[in-house]
Amino acid sequence: MEKTKIRAEEFSFYYSGCRCLNSVTMDIRENTVTGIIGPSGCGKTTFLRSLNRMNDVVLGSHAEGKILLDGKNIYNPDVNVVEIRRRVGMVFQKSNPFPKSIFDNVAYGLRINGVTDKHFIRERVEKSLADAALLKEVEDRLHKSAFELSGGQQQRLCIARALAVEPEVLLMDEPASALDPTATAKIEELIRELKKKYTIVIVTHNMQQAARISDYTAFFMLGELIEYDRADTIFTTPSKKITEDYITGRFG
Amino acid sequence: MNWRRFNEKLGFGVLAACMLTVVFFLVVIFYDLVSKGGSSVSWSFLSQMPRNGMTEGGILPAIVGTFLVTVITAVLAIPLGMGCAIYLNEYASDNQATRIIRMAIRNLSGVPSIVYGLFGVVLFVQFLHLGTSVLASGLTLGLMTLPWTITASEEALKTVPNAYREGALALGATKWQAIKTNVLPYAVPGMLTGTILGLARAAGETAPILFTGAAFFLPFLPGSPLDQFMALPYHLYIMSTQHQAITEVRPIAYGTALVLVVLVFAMNLTAIILRYRLRGVRSE
Ligand SMILES: Nc1ncnc2c1ncn2[C@@H]1O[C@H](COP(=O)(O)OP(=O)(O)O)[C@@H](O)[C@H]1O
Ligand SMILES: [Mg+2]
Repeated sequence: MEKTKIRAEEFSFYYSGCRCLNSVTMDIRENTVTGIIGPSGCGKTTFLRSLNRMNDVVLGSHAEGKILLDGKNIYNPDVNVVEIRRRVGMVFQKSNPFPKSIFDNVAYGLRINGVTDKHFIRERVEKSLADAALLKEVEDRLHKSAFELSGGQQQRLCIARALAVEPEVLLMDEPASALDPTATAKIEELIRELKKKYTIVIVTHNMQQAARISDYTAFFMLGELIEYDRADTIFTTPSKKITEDYITGRFG
Repeated sequence: MNWRRFNEKLGFGVLAACMLTVVFFLVVIFYDLVSKGGSSVSWSFLSQMPRNGMTEGGILPAIVGTFLVTVITAVLAIPLGMGCAIYLNEYASDNQATRIIRMAIRNLSGVPSIVYGLFGVVLFVQFLHLGTSVLASGLTLGLMTLPWTITASEEALKTVPNAYREGALALGATKWQAIKTNVLPYAVPGMLTGTILGLARAAGETAPILFTGAAFFLPFLPGSPLDQFMALPYHLYIMSTQHQAITEVRPIAYGTALVLVVLVFAMNLTAIILRYRLRGVRSE
């Protein structure tokens, strides 16, 4: 079995008093794709954003329990949040290219992390775009605005931007929810490729997608982790009735 | 004609009438100013000192005075207002205290300008010993402009999508880095737009400078920030109501009004162009 990269330990999360994650314990393994499924509002996004402390920015929220990244609790007071977010990258549900050129979008993370070597930045930008399977489509217009790209290309640009700072983990929140089937297929193929180098946690609404791309699948409901297992087990012989009901589309 | 169509026409008619009324008055005012003041505005009017008990000559010291005082207003209101807005919008948490502060700022923008003028006398002229001066007047106008600047800047910051902030944070930016590189570049034009509108209003104010530094007549230009000065709005007030030969100086008064209005228009136009440019950037 693969090494544990991230471990949630009795992790709970509250938004101004109301608990939306209830004592979640699960191990996320290195170089695998972990899919998170569950009905809307069950806390998938919240869980994902807890893994790089993006939820810190929500006023009045607080966390209990631990998230261990390589064995170290990222909620410890002495932890540098900025460093955590560099190691644990994130792709948002709605693609959010910055209003800059394609090149500057990908270079952004490097520049704010203090990289000034132009040559190095150029190489890393091209490599990240290549890793995100976007380079071929944009290499002749790197200095054009990112808003000129199609929806699917914008999302791959956001993936490239996240890859450029060489994170160890990549969190993706329904990255294909706004994309057409062709663009979705591209992103899925990309995810399969990326797991060789990165640990990937992906939230998805789409059961087939979770079955196709994830090695492990976690089923959440009402803030609880109901079942967590290898994807093939979850999708063929789930141990809980409610999981089976959900994946067979009986509710949700 | 059926009832709904009549209603539709009536609504349209009323709204169009409102618009026409406003435009009508604008046109009348501007036409009046240009027709009566246009002939007195010339290069020598703009570049000469008043002469002969202000019945002849130009309005140079009033133009220079208004310019200097507006510069001081800007120096106070722009950095302080923007800083305050950035703090309120990006850092302050949303609790009872900040809500009260916000409300206070909004209410301050409704305080009559004469109140600011009197406050300026007490604070700047007397307490801080700046005397009646360009500096005291500029600071008074700056205080008056601050609530506008802050409110407008906050609105501009609110138009920057949260996704830009979160996107930057998720890449390992510190909060200030995210603001500096991924929020301010898109908010500053909007912040400046609001600020310039505030400055334009300040440049045309009489009450706040009346007791804090504006002079009836000075035969020289202010040589230091602690000198008194002449200003366009105050000069206009004097030429139209306080001068001993009011009918004789009418053309000068009209010329002054025209220059002041053109100046304020020019500032507003700058703001509009900035805003237009900003839209261009956004929709890229
Ligand atoms: N910023 C927030 N403030 C308060 N409540 C929130 C916030 N974000 C999410 N929630 C609530 O937390 C619950 C879980 O939301 P979320 O994690 O977005 O669910 P999912 O991604 O599974 O649809 C929902 O009930 C939602 O209303
Ligand atoms: Mg969600």
